[in-house]
Amino acid sequence: MTAERVLRVNPIACAGRGLCAEVAPELITLDDWGFPVIAKGPVPPGQAAEARAAVRICPLLALRLAARRTAG
Amino acid sequence: MITASEHASRIRGAPPIAGPGGLPRLLPGSFAGRPLGLAGHLARHGELPAAEGQDARACATGWLAEIERAGLTGRGGAAFPTARKLAAVAAAAGRPVVVVNGTEGEPASAKDKVLMATEPHLVIDGAVLAACITGATEVIIVAGPAVTGIVEEAIAERRALRRDPVPVRVVPAADRFVAGEASAVVNWLANGRPVPTPVPPRLAQHGLHGRPTLVQNAETLAHVALIVRHGAAWFRTAGTPAEPGSMLVTVIGAVRAPGVREVGIGTPVSTVLDAAGGPAQRLRALLIGGYFGTWVPWPEAADLPFSAAGLAPLRAVPAAGLVAALPAAACGLAETARVARYLADESAGQCGPCVFGLDAIATELGRVAAGRPASLALLRRWLSQVDGRGACRHPDGAVRFIRSGLELFGPELDLHARGWCSGTTDDPVLPVPRRLTR
Repeated sequence: MTAERVLRVNPIACAGRGLCAEVAPELITLDDWGFPVIAKGPVPPGQAAEARAAVRICPLLALRLAARRTAG
Repeated sequence: MITASEHASRIRGAPPIAGPGGLPRLLPGSFAGRPLGLAGHLARHGELPAAEGQDARACATGWLAEIERAGLTGRGGAAFPTARKLAAVAAAAGRPVVVVNGTEGEPASAKDKVLMATEPHLVIDGAVLAACITGATEVIIVAGPAVTGIVEEAIAERRALRRDPVPVRVVPAADRFVAGEASAVVNWLANGRPVPTPVPPRLAQHGLHGRPTLVQNAETLAHVALIVRHGAAWFRTAGTPAEPGSMLVTVIGAVRAPGVREVGIGTPVSTVLDAAGGPAQRLRALLIGGYFGTWVPWPEAADLPFSAAGLAPLRAVPAAGLVAALPAAACGLAETARVARYLADESAGQCGPCVFGLDAIATELGRVAAGRPASLALLRRWLSQVDGRGACRHPDGAVRFIRSGLELFGPELDLHARGWCSGTTDDPVLPVPRRLTR
């Protein structure tokens, strides 16, 4: 069984550079001030590569792929 | 969909029960003008049952079970079960520390300050008991600058008698709205920066200097001190079965005797107002819960029980117990806009959506309140963009408050758009501190 992964942004580290939304537009959009809004739910299997690219390209290391949190 | 009054009559089947000793439990029945000293405190509440020579850990296990049976929840706003929090810290690896959160950064709330100014020993008792339960080696009390002197004196009185098994000290709280958030309290103590930090790590596992940390509201610990003395059954003689006990409330605005009172949870909202002398003028609305709280209509809210279940149909929660009575003469939009600006300025400045979003929202709402051209559609768009986007709940709380204002004062929105206001006074109701420096 493969664990579902979710994209998580650390809003304190994020400075709104916006590169993540460039490489993964289906997963990440920008709000009116240029900060990333992550699509709800786990990363679809077909977009895992884009998610990894977004994590890699963030110059502030504010994005990560995490195992989807269960209860608590 | 049921109406508020239908809902009230349904849950009135489980009315709040009057306590044997009655209320108040925490606050002294009358205020002598100075805090209750240790002798007066013990005369009123009796000695703690911790007999010397007994197995301290076994005692602590029994107390934890009693607190769980009591159903005590945090009185700082989040209403998290106290026993679960204690157990998490007790189970964590390392030397725990107990942090008493008396920061009370909410400008409209005074209950923790009043409690510590009148009954400091009850709070310290509870903190020391929490230290025994969690195995903590230290108690740090973070208190509003106005009351640190009183707490310091109480600590000195106990120290002279070698009363407490762990060292207890007091640290003045930071004067900021966000400073009371649990991780901000720890950050303040560790680094002098009263702003939230990302979670995880959880404070119960990795808090102050990496130690398991219990951050517990001051009032909550005062309840702990009484539950350990009198037991869970006694505690439950006030409140409702689902939300037992009493709570401190700060009642402000258009009431005859504003101030801090103690009520059983589930007491009708009108009775909470009556405890503060009742309405001083015709009312328009109440703000319940604080600046992250909810505007509710008056008199529709009057008969609802002051509890999470009772206020649910109006989507309000008692939270840290603020009730602010807005007079009919005041403009709810102007009040909401003023507090929204304050909340935007009080952002910790760490997360983009909070920094830029709340500022944009407060500016647009300020235009609405002033009757200047503004876009409600933009305002609503920004509210949904900011909700849930911070490291802490500051943006979420602000959004909740502003949305409830836009909803309840909807008719006023149309009036303002046409350049009018139904308010007849500009006197502010909700207190907002004026910052001289930044």
